[in-house]
Amino acid sequence: MQINKIKTEIAEMLSDVFDGATIMVGGFGEAGSPIELLHGLIDHGAKDLTIIANNSGNGRVGLGALIGQKQVKKVICSFARSAKGITFQELYNKGEIELEVVPQGTLAERIRAAGSGIPAFYTAAAVGTPLAIGKEEKIFNGKKYILEEALNADFALIKADVSDRYGNLTFKKTARNFNPIMCMAAKQSLIQVRKLIEPHQTNPENVITPGIFVKKIIEIDNPIIETNAIEEGMIYP
Amino acid sequence: MTKKNFTNAEKGWERGVIASKIANDLPHASYVNLGIGMPELVSQHIKDDREIIYHSENGLLGMGPTPNENEIDFDLINAGKKPVTILPGGSFCHHADSFSMIRGGHIDYCVLGAMEVSMNGDLANWSTGKGIPAVGGAMDLVAGAKNVFVMTQHLTKEGKPKLVEKCTLPLTGSGVVSRVYTDYAVIDITKEGFKIVEINENLSIEYLQTVTEGRVYQ
Repeated sequence: MQINKIKTEIAEMLSDVFDGATIMVGGFGEAGSPIELLHGLIDHGAKDLTIIANNSGNGRVGLGALIGQKQVKKVICSFARSAKGITFQELYNKGEIELEVVPQGTLAERIRAAGSGIPAFYTAAAVGTPLAIGKEEKIFNGKKYILEEALNADFALIKADVSDRYGNLTFKKTARNFNPIMCMAAKQSLIQVRKLIEPHQTNPENVITPGIFVKKIIEIDNPIIETNAIEEGMIYP
Repeated sequence: MTKKNFTNAEKGWERGVIASKIANDLPHASYVNLGIGMPELVSQHIKDDREIIYHSENGLLGMGPTPNENEIDFDLINAGKKPVTILPGGSFCHHADSFSMIRGGHIDYCVLGAMEVSMNGDLANWSTGKGIPAVGGAMDLVAGAKNVFVMTQHLTKEGKPKLVEKCTLPLTGSGVVSRVYTDYAVIDITKEGFKIVEINENLSIEYLQTVTEGRVYQ
């Protein structure tokens, strides 16, 4: 019997998701944003989710739509103020959603640390700022650092470019961003890919995320482009 | 201390002039991160005697200019989420590697805007204390880049000094700024105060002092 992580239904991808789960959402703005999986999560209906992502969604598609459905209780991100953001802003202004602001590099490193079995690390970023309040300080070689803890997740929703049935992933251009480290940090990384290939077609020299970090894969060959969807007035569901 | 308003402030250098001063101070073969907005102008003023490599913190080293309309790819964007290009010799990496370039001290220069810069090099540029707090990569950049240049107007839109004794807004970093380029002057942060490297040819030191909170000297 062969290993095969490929699924054909989005519901099957999300079958283990539960209320109160912590879910990483890949992408930087719209580049690498797994819109079809996010819409699947709306259909799934899980509530009280904690979302870890760089941003907080645009318009009423993808992450913006999920937040608009009030399925999210907390967002951990670096930049929750997007030009086309609507839903997070609405809920935040009403006090109906929590926000943890994290410097972007600290966010990436907290995710990387989680995937690498490192519970916490010291960093110079945010020293002396409001984001350092309440965090342990330590001096190394005469310079001040603060302690930041790893960010683990139950699931990661990821968009990649190409995969084989093992989950050996490549990404496209700057759509790589947080995706490889989120695959490492989540208990289950759930991947939508533009194209599936046979294992013998995978060039091992070019694999960005090795399959050990991948749980399930689905092919979405013509994914929604967020900018275009918003311009066309798309609202999900 | 109540801030003075300078509503009839003197006209300073145009933004392109400030950008060209920064461009001239970036040495050949530097790895540089330009902040979103005014700092982006710097890349238009690099002379032919040098090659600069631009880093965009979303995982792009070797960033090129804005593409033509028919070449836009929403999977190739900069940190401001605008479509860009990649130059020959450029590369992509994931976010943790990209921020290791910043936090590990590999980026030679970063150029950012400012709301306030204090005499000891504190920078406030991410929050007015109102609205949704959003920091992006600014705190990582100022903590990690070898040299932090600030590019800004000398006064706020309301005519208040941006160079101050002590910042009143939430800090981005403490003691991080090396040099400030404004429409009025180029100023180094030193233990003795704001040291004038170059002053706008139409202004006096006395005038510069009146529109700056904290000691300026030459």
